[in-house]
Amino acid sequence: MTTTTKPATPVAAAPARRIGPGGLALRQGRLEITQFLRSRESVVFTMGFPIIMILIFAAIFSDEIAPGVSYTQYFITGMIATGLMTVSFQNLGIWIPIERDRGVLKRYRGTPMPKWVWFAGKVIMVVVIGIAETALLLAVSVALFDLDLPATAAKWLTFGWVSVLGVTACTLCGIAISSLARTARSGSAVVTPVALVLQFISGVFFVFTQLPSWMQQVAALFPLKWMCQGLRSVFLPESFGAREPGGSFELDRVALVLVLWCVIGLVLCLTTFRWTTKRDG
Amino acid sequence: MADELAISVRGLRKAYGDNVAVAGVDLDVHRGEVFALLGPNGAGKTTTVEILEGYRRRDSGEVSVLGSDPERPTADWRARVGIVLQGTGEFDELTVAEVVRHFSGFYADADDPDKVVERVGLGDKAKARTHTLSGGQKRRLDVALGIIGRPELLFLDEPTTGFDPEARREFWELIRDLAAAGTTIVLTTHYLDEAESLADRVGVIAGGRLVEVAPPNRLGNRQDALATVSWRTPEGSVETAQSATPTALVADLAARFGGEVPGLTVTRPTLEDIYLRMIGH
Repeated sequence: MTTTTKPATPVAAAPARRIGPGGLALRQGRLEITQFLRSRESVVFTMGFPIIMILIFAAIFSDEIAPGVSYTQYFITGMIATGLMTVSFQNLGIWIPIERDRGVLKRYRGTPMPKWVWFAGKVIMVVVIGIAETALLLAVSVALFDLDLPATAAKWLTFGWVSVLGVTACTLCGIAISSLARTARSGSAVVTPVALVLQFISGVFFVFTQLPSWMQQVAALFPLKWMCQGLRSVFLPESFGAREPGGSFELDRVALVLVLWCVIGLVLCLTTFRWTTKRDG
Repeated sequence: MADELAISVRGLRKAYGDNVAVAGVDLDVHRGEVFALLGPNGAGKTTTVEILEGYRRRDSGEVSVLGSDPERPTADWRARVGIVLQGTGEFDELTVAEVVRHFSGFYADADDPDKVVERVGLGDKAKARTHTLSGGQKRRLDVALGIIGRPELLFLDEPTTGFDPEARREFWELIRDLAAAGTTIVLTTHYLDEAESLADRVGVIAGGRLVEVAPPNRLGNRQDALATVSWRTPEGSVETAQSATPTALVADLAARFGGEVPGLTVTRPTLEDIYLRMIGH
């Protein structure tokens, strides 16, 4: 290359410095988090919703679900699961179509940024916001409703892997479902009903085993039910396992279904993800 | 680099269903050249440019952009190509400086973000959220993102649509600066004065075909067209004559009037006259 073909700006400009892949992903994650936190609707609905719900539920059901076990102890599991689903599945399913419609994704495609960096940015955002939101929810519940936190390391470990697998599955499904929305506005119309129905049939608002059995069967096909079940094993006494539909918390099955949804979500993402809108060809 | 052509296109075709958008385009753009693609809406400008940018796949034809096939864009190739798309991809929650700085991280040899913001005339808007910018200011941000990687080749798709006249003049200055520094520039426009003012060569595209490629002053054999000479007679009426030798006619008139010819004008067909004829009006 000759100097005449290398254009622009004085020679004194910044020296060549390529940011490594990890650095690029972290920058992208930071940008996504900044965008999220500055968008008031996102913060209120994603971070606030589970907390508002637990406040309402704790006020309505102030008794005990069993001697020494408050309703809050049960509902917190649904609220954590719902919060994780909101920050991943709903958040991405609603925002990606908006970004696609605005041409943000198309613009990224026109840069040398590796494609995976953009996805990594979304994942970092979901994980950070998910942890913050869960911590806030736990803090509020401990402070106001005497929530008992998991007592053993094993339970915290279960809490960890159920959350990670659940968030991963929901993130991938959120990215996948974003391709169904044809315009910026249709994202929430696609995602919200799905999320709402899953919340009702998966034991978020009601005790799962009190639901009609066909509803339980349907819910068992989707990740949210299993996230709730896994979390119940963390927050409820061991003896409550007997009350589950399968007679125990079935952690092996929780893991299996969530991993399966991760795979399904990943395949859908890889096969259907679009950087541009349909009218963009 | 031996290759003196920035872009080489042979027999490019692209159809959307039955609608043939590009029907066999041959085109060469030299390094360091400013090339304008001029044509009415729907003529195939954007489709052609987006194929060159690596956004769309072609049905047939050979395309080489900076020595590579844009259908298989590599990160290195992307780093050498700057793109200003027709639609703006907005980052509502971020400031101008944040967006430009973020994008600078994608390039190993990026320009200084603050300097680029200054250069596109957004210096006093650097800390403004992008959603507060006017249409013209958003377009400048687009340009900033297009040039932040110090591209060898810059695509501008209808860059000044919606600009007021002053903003357009300033924008043209920026383009001339970039061209003077050696950047190859391909712009699409439907403003004739823009093509005339900026481009070394103009390609007129209509119905998916390049109907002519020439320097603006030679388009449609403009320099050979008959000139129209008009003047005011001593009686006060306006006389008009078509002439292939207007200089001789003016000399003749000057002799007849004994010096100054009242109300003298000499005009050639405007680019607009030629252009409208070419695109079939």
